[in-house]
Amino acid sequence: MKLSEIKELIKAEVLCNEEMLSMETTCAFGSDLMSDVLAFSCRDTILITGLTNIQTIRTAEMLDIKCIIFVRNKRPDESIVELAKEKGMCLLATRHTMFTTCGILYSNGLKGVDME
Amino acid sequence: MEELLSVKYDIESGDFIRGGEASSNLKKLLNQLGIRSDIIKRICVACYEAEMNIVIHSVGGYIEAKIYSDHIEIIAYDYGPGIPNIELAMQEGYSTASDIAREMGFGGGMGLPNIKRSSDEFYIKSEVGKYTEIKIIIYFN
Ligand SMILES: Nc1ncnc2c1ncn2[C@@H]1O[C@H](COP(=O)(O)OP(=O)(O)OP(=O)(O)O)[C@@H](O)[C@H]1O
Ligand SMILES: [Mg+2]
Repeated sequence: MKLSEIKELIKAEVLCNEEMLSMETTCAFGSDLMSDVLAFSCRDTILITGLTNIQTIRTAEMLDIKCIIFVRNKRPDESIVELAKEKGMCLLATRHTMFTTCGILYSNGLKGVDME
Repeated sequence: MEELLSVKYDIESGDFIRGGEASSNLKKLLNQLGIRSDIIKRICVACYEAEMNIVIHSVGGYIEAKIYSDHIEIIAYDYGPGIPNIELAMQEGYSTASDIAREMGFGGGMGLPNIKRSSDEFYIKSEVGKYTEIKIIIYFN
């Protein structure tokens, strides 16, 4: 699924790196706990989270996560958006809750991270 | 085995803004050296977990990375308070993280097991009131 489709489906606003919307993704991980993101995330995943602090960006950086969707209309500070921009991540923000965001994307074909 | 390069970063206790910078700098360096991206990811996840443990649980310390032609060795050292029961600390889900750390998304008790899983070799030593030292070795292929 292209990031642009994701953006349309969840009516998201693009916070930075809009040119990345043509990127494809196959799988997503949703969590507010970075501990779990670090432990369970897979290849080419995007991150869905309500946590907007700088460590969310650092966590994504370590895992090569290229897109973060912030739910519940949460917005990171400008300095955090700047860091994500510099690290080449596309940030999206949606008004939907975590459950609804995941539900919409899952029912449109985006897969979860499979646990082994 | 000849050491090619070595870097050392001081890590401050409780600094959630700068916490992760050392791992980020190491990532840049490894990218410049042309290390495979899946290997870099394992190294950086382990390093970041160790770095954030120093930020969250210790009074401060450092991370030292020694890069050899076929592997990297990372030492994460801090000046206390140490870990009273290492076996317990290694269990998934065990955490003594503060409320501030939890608000930042940490405290799942997944870090140490994740470091071990991400590494080819993993050693942990600690003495209460003195230090904690983690040594990680990851091979490049
Ligand atoms: N450098 C350290 N100094 C003192 N205690 C530590 C140190 N690192 C880990 N610990 C202890 O071991 C426990 C488990 O560490 P671990 O990294 O697995 O989980 P966490 O840091 O609590 O949560 P997470 O890593 O999932 O965010 C910690 O809660 C803490 O009690
Ligand atoms: Mg930890």
